[in-house]
Amino acid sequence: MTYQAGEYDVIVIGAGHAGCEAALAAAKIGCSTLLLTLSLDTIAYMPCNPSIGGPAKGHVVREIDALGGVMAKIIDKTHIQMRMLNTGKGPAVYALRAQADKILYQQEMKRTLENEPKITLHQDMVEKLIVNDHVCQGVITRTGAAYTAKAVVLTTGTYLRGKIIIGDLTYESGPNNQQPSISLAHHLIDLGFEMVRFKTGTPPRVNKKSIDTSQMEIQEGDQEPRAFSYETTEYITDQLPCWLTFTNEETHQTIRDNLHRAPMYSGTIKGRGPRYCPSIEDKIVRFADKGRHQIFIEPEGRKTEEMYVQGLSTSLPEDIQLKILRSIKGLEKAEMMRTGYAIEYDAIVPTQLWPSLETKRIKNLFTAGQINGTSGYEEAAAQGIMAGINAARKVLGQEPVVLDRSQAYIGVLIDDLVTKGTEEPYRLLTSRAEYRLLLRHDNADLRLTELGYQIGLISPDRYQRFVKKKEAIEQEIARLKNTNIRPTQEIQELLRKMGTSEIQNMISLAQLIKRPELGYHDVVTFSPPNQALPAEVVEQVEIQLKYEGYIRKSLQQVEKMKKMEAKRIPSWVDFQEVPGISSEAREKLMKVQPLSIGQASRISGVNPSDISILLVYIEQNGKVSTKSSSN
Amino acid sequence: MEADTIAAIATALGESGIAVIRVSGDDAISIADKIYRGKKPLIHAKSHTVHYGHIVHIQTGEVIDEVLVTVMRAPRTFTREDTVEISCHGGLVPVQSILESLLMAGARLAEPGEFTKRAFLNGRIDLSQAEAVIDLIRAKTEQAAKIANQQAEGRLSKQIRTLRAEILETLAHLAVNVDYPEYDAEEMTGKLLSERCLSIKKELERLLQTARQGKIMREGLATVIVGRPNVGKSSLLNALAQENRAIVTDIPGTTRDILEEYVNIRGIPLRLLDTAGIRETEDVVERIGVERSQEALEEADLLLIVLNYGEPLQEEDERLLAFSQTITSVVIVNKIDLPQKCDLDRVRAIVGNRPIITTSLKKQQGIEQLEEVVVNQFFSGQIDSKDITYVSNARHIQLLEKAKASVEEVVTGIEAGLPLDLVEIDLKNAWQSLGEVIGEAVAEDLIDQIFSQFCLGK
Repeated sequence: MTYQAGEYDVIVIGAGHAGCEAALAAAKIGCSTLLLTLSLDTIAYMPCNPSIGGPAKGHVVREIDALGGVMAKIIDKTHIQMRMLNTGKGPAVYALRAQADKILYQQEMKRTLENEPKITLHQDMVEKLIVNDHVCQGVITRTGAAYTAKAVVLTTGTYLRGKIIIGDLTYESGPNNQQPSISLAHHLIDLGFEMVRFKTGTPPRVNKKSIDTSQMEIQEGDQEPRAFSYETTEYITDQLPCWLTFTNEETHQTIRDNLHRAPMYSGTIKGRGPRYCPSIEDKIVRFADKGRHQIFIEPEGRKTEEMYVQGLSTSLPEDIQLKILRSIKGLEKAEMMRTGYAIEYDAIVPTQLWPSLETKRIKNLFTAGQINGTSGYEEAAAQGIMAGINAARKVLGQEPVVLDRSQAYIGVLIDDLVTKGTEEPYRLLTSRAEYRLLLRHDNADLRLTELGYQIGLISPDRYQRFVKKKEAIEQEIARLKNTNIRPTQEIQELLRKMGTSEIQNMISLAQLIKRPELGYHDVVTFSPPNQALPAEVVEQVEIQLKYEGYIRKSLQQVEKMKKMEAKRIPSWVDFQEVPGISSEAREKLMKVQPLSIGQASRISGVNPSDISILLVYIEQNGKVSTKSSSN
Repeated sequence: MEADTIAAIATALGESGIAVIRVSGDDAISIADKIYRGKKPLIHAKSHTVHYGHIVHIQTGEVIDEVLVTVMRAPRTFTREDTVEISCHGGLVPVQSILESLLMAGARLAEPGEFTKRAFLNGRIDLSQAEAVIDLIRAKTEQAAKIANQQAEGRLSKQIRTLRAEILETLAHLAVNVDYPEYDAEEMTGKLLSERCLSIKKELERLLQTARQGKIMREGLATVIVGRPNVGKSSLLNALAQENRAIVTDIPGTTRDILEEYVNIRGIPLRLLDTAGIRETEDVVERIGVERSQEALEEADLLLIVLNYGEPLQEEDERLLAFSQTITSVVIVNKIDLPQKCDLDRVRAIVGNRPIITTSLKKQQGIEQLEEVVVNQFFSGQIDSKDITYVSNARHIQLLEKAKASVEEVVTGIEAGLPLDLVEIDLKNAWQSLGEVIGEAVAEDLIDQIFSQFCLGK
């Protein structure tokens, strides 16, 4: 029996990192939004590592913030440690990472959702979608509640037909023994979606009281206050450390001796796991010559003794896990609080999505997060906010927002997913981005705030502050370009004092700042601005001038890419009908249904000659259709 | 994407009398101007006019050929873009040099069927021809693929694969330092990266130099005929020239005072240096050949050393044989129609493993054998000029040069103190350029490399 339980603009299924951002985005844009979750106690739960950010991922958190999402603000309030990574490298790859207090993070997110007037938060399990004529119109839950909606966002994480594996023990389960979502998984298959089986895993947790951190290397947070959000003004100063220890030959021998009991090798695990996060048994087998592996001990929160053992992800039987743990320096007497496990789950093949994250098969249905084959809280949140935005825009009859590869890591992530698909749980890496120098973590606001404001997720106040910052940067850059110094004795003297060589001819301060040994504060001693500029402006001026040459090079490449993107593939193109393209290209094009020539050219198996033919075909038939329409 | 300017040889390749090189695109006229020397720059020329002048090498300024240049402005052209057509002498050498100069001046080598494609996309060709265009692209692509496959087995692509693997490993190393800053991989240093790049650069330079077959085919084999007076140098020259009746061009060099002549031996162009010297001095009292030829020898790819069968071996002969040890050479013992006075065993002893053939140029004996030996010095087996795609060679060279320039930029960047993740952009460009040579440029490779090279995980 079902009953009519309510009517909403948008329904979001799942309140993980994707679902929370999706619901908040849709609600803030103005849609009445229902957020359904299996358990109100696992909102924004982190079933694996207690950290947010890092290279590429940290960039994404900033991008979410610039678009008006919440992940950055919440981690700014709930972290136990923050560090800027890669500071010895170029500005494009500086990366912020926070260790999270998992429990606080969840509480803070729950409160944020509860305080959002347009969100209705409810605990229930969705078993079916209401689909009529390939249009999604709502959901039906286990309790028989039928909710109708104009758009539905599906963020099921690793719950779809989830199965936990520990040695030879397997049982149906969501992450961390949550109940799995079985009916919905079957329902999606019935609806005709192509699904894949992925696998991921998590290491054991230990009690801090049972370990000896004095045997390990301590890892403190940065002294300098750090934050992800451009709006954060209050900083946490009381930080907790992490520790580093290593596996050793005994650990490796124990693993080798028990490989026959490892589900990865006994054939119990069928799902495909990510290469970038292999289990410890995988590491020992694949990298046999490596004498030791790093193990980071990370607190799961301030008010718990539970510690995450990063680097020891495993699905070996419990007794072996304990042996492995206790072979490691400092963990000799470790008490294992939670056992590590592998989890298999269903994901949909993401090439079934449009770049808006709406499914091609069923209109008004969007998917985001691990269901799309990704891995990671940040990747999930990024898709969540985009799916939420586009679901709301669909409801409002607006065009979808699609970020391109030169605009944001989020653009790279989604374009990769819907264009290339993925053979394993997808993780963002800086090396996936072609225009890494443009997609810096420091300029996420410059890239995306304008857009966030247009979408309606950035407040007018914040937008005004942003515009001022932007103007200040532009003015200061112009000023440094127009301010010259001459090789006078006085100036040469100053230059020598700064530890840099003298100048030969007249030179602008913008040119001078390009010297690696000089920074903004050095060069403005020759001509200070009328009033001192805020650090965030100085940072931009310095980066934009120092790396101007490389930035220009990247921008030229972007220009080329944009020309290809601008060539749209009209909807009347039937790839089946295009003569002369290779059969592999035809098959791929039909599957992906690219919207632009640029997107088509990124599909593996589609060659430049296929693209040429496609262009000719579009031109030819475009003429036919304009001709026939004018007749 | 149609905005760039493309160039290609428009006439069939081979030894035809006249060849046409076509340039099309917004910058066609200004690019042509960079290598054209005539009464006035082409940029001032009226549309659809023909101009007499010379094409010069873009770097050296050396005259490549005497040409007629047709300037046609958009839209009344085949492609509906500004178009320049350069008519030159049909030899392989000038045609290739002109095309290369155009590419260096900023044009891009046209893809198969690209002129036709542009003509179509710009509305020049009517609908009924569209199918033909598609067939054309397809057919040319298949041909290109065939060529690529042939070359895929070749040494060049093997070496490019090795180089790419080396770069990829370096890229993965850089990537892992960036993406996994806490991972205990050795940190790539500027010094190490610089060293690797210099070694890659050296390899690229070597490839560029010893993309030998292609280079020989385009530029000809620099050949010097040496020997004492009256051994038959002039007869040899005439025999080669007459036999092949293929003197392609006869340009007085502008920078060096040596005349060059081209002869074609079984598809290989030989650029005979210092032929004037031979012709001038053979009949008159001559100075010692060794000194006379010394300069020419320095740039020789091939030395043809002529000895006299009818005279005893002289000190000069021996000196010649000894000091030419390091140059690829063929020893020709001529005048076997005369009674033997030359000690062949002695000759063999000095010559070592260089080939020796006996001829009677007067009686036209041994020329066949000579040709065969010459060809074998540079190519194994018969060579058919149809088997080598000159166009794709020009493309390869352009890409290899591009890769080299990128690698050089990496080194300059490191010297300027830039962070490694910035100069990595140039290294990636080098990797991509090399990928284009062999038709592989997949970014996914890098991700695969990272995870197979390093052990990463949570």
